[in-house]
Amino acid sequence: MATQKNRGALSIRNVTKIYDPEGVNVMAVDDCSMEIAAGEVCMIVGPSGCGKTTLLNAIAGFHSITHGEILLDGELLCGPGKPKADQGAERMVVFQHGALFPWKTLAENVAYGPIVQRTMRKSEAFEKARDMLAEAGLGDVVTKYPGEVSSGMARRAEIVRALINDPKVLLLDEPYRAMDALTKSIMHESLLETYDRTKVTIFFITHDLEEAIFLGDKVHVVTTRPCQLKKTVSVEIPRPRTFETQSSEEFRVLMEEVNEAVHEEAIKAFQAGERELA
Amino acid sequence: MSQNTAILTTRPNLTRPRGLAKVFYDVKKSLTTPTTYLVFAGIFLWLFTWWLLCEGLKVDRFDKLPGPITVAKEFFSVQPFQGISLFTDIYYEHIWVSCRRVAIAFGVATGIGVPLGLFMGWSKRFRDYSFPILETLRPIPILAWVPLAILMFPGFEAPVIFLATLASLFVTTLNTMLGVDSIDDAYFRAAGCLGSSNWDIFKNVVVPGALPFIFTGLQISIGVAWFSLVAAEMVSGDLGLGYLIVDAYVNSVTVPMVIGMITLGFVGWVTSVMVRMLGNWLMQWHVRALALQGR
Repeated sequence: MATQKNRGALSIRNVTKIYDPEGVNVMAVDDCSMEIAAGEVCMIVGPSGCGKTTLLNAIAGFHSITHGEILLDGELLCGPGKPKADQGAERMVVFQHGALFPWKTLAENVAYGPIVQRTMRKSEAFEKARDMLAEAGLGDVVTKYPGEVSSGMARRAEIVRALINDPKVLLLDEPYRAMDALTKSIMHESLLETYDRTKVTIFFITHDLEEAIFLGDKVHVVTTRPCQLKKTVSVEIPRPRTFETQSSEEFRVLMEEVNEAVHEEAIKAFQAGERELA
Repeated sequence: MSQNTAILTTRPNLTRPRGLAKVFYDVKKSLTTPTTYLVFAGIFLWLFTWWLLCEGLKVDRFDKLPGPITVAKEFFSVQPFQGISLFTDIYYEHIWVSCRRVAIAFGVATGIGVPLGLFMGWSKRFRDYSFPILETLRPIPILAWVPLAILMFPGFEAPVIFLATLASLFVTTLNTMLGVDSIDDAYFRAAGCLGSSNWDIFKNVVVPGALPFIFTGLQISIGVAWFSLVAAEMVSGDLGLGYLIVDAYVNSVTVPMVIGMITLGFVGWVTSVMVRMLGNWLMQWHVRALALQGR
């Protein structure tokens, strides 16, 4: 896959989202702005239920926004006059609980995108799917169903399913949340390896600080609901990064910096004690 | 070194048995688990209780019912006293007529109910139109439809099939709709992201996602089809297992009544197994995932 430093720049400008369940307005995102450069790994960190996912849903086109605009490479995704973005394969989402179709084998899952978009013939799509799965270390399980493989394998296959469409942006919503620490570290290395190869822009939501610093170029700390940008920390640790990076002094200093900002918000969120929004 | 080889020789067989080996494996497994023996013990206990009530102790009132030995003698007799046995053509004609009616009713109900349920689950607007009607008609007992069915349709055949179809239609539709409801929203979103058209989503998410519920519904619905069919045959009919039972009762012959009941149970069970097998065949992904959980 070609290097794509020149595409996948996201601009989120003054985005506000107000939900209105049972007639009471709930502000999930309030005048939130951030710029994400093409080919950047951008980590969004904030307390649970702060509206991070709302932002991701707006970019992906699952939800409308109330105010503001979101642009991808200068083109309007949603904004005035067009509250909801169209869903499209240039913005691929990897879901929190995983959304591989359980009724399709891994190869069928991965080949699905190119087939329905008619960008490849069926046989071509399957060949590419098998190649890409093999590249991700899943060559032996291409004919298995998602229910038959480990959660780590399934999540990796889901990222392959996204990448086969050659997306501009990869949107990940706490994809490793339910995993144990050991599996997680393997997933991180494999994601970094994928990123080094493709340089796809990554928009990654998490509340795991180590994960954020280890993977990201930028760490955007957001406030508790309504979601606003609180602080941006640039991670200057050179790539490729390995798991040893996490024990370096540089890493520790960044952890402290981010932790301070996040902790404050976590306390506010806890005191508000509100239920998480979808 | 020697210890190493010892470990290697006792390693379990890791290949999955196939073909004849699989059959042997299944038979061996069924003989080494208590399940098989318990099944036979259960059947025996049941027959024994029946025998005790009717023929052994001759409990008051039960002594007028045919016991298992009387039924078995009649059932396997070449010239049965009461007209029905394994060697009479009429026995098979009753089975055939009922099976044909159930097949038609179940087929029509599935053909209408599954698409109807899928659309009701998928389209909010369509559900708003149709769901209240379905919910009002569904609780009406099938027997309450009998007079209307007889008025609406000529002959014996059509009303009976109509009643069985109706009962099974409600079950299938409702389960299919719930099946679509049960699909995690993430799959719809993922499909949207991947560039699916509405038709792609219908084919690749709605139908397979609802399939486990659909087949649960179909298993119930074939049971319901049998039971409403028999009820209908008892009220209006010329042949069929339900008719056989009520006809025997009217003519005060008790053995054919019991033969009809046992036959119904057996045939109903077979059809239900057929539906389940079809479902498992269509849902390999589901079966394999369950198998890994040890179920």
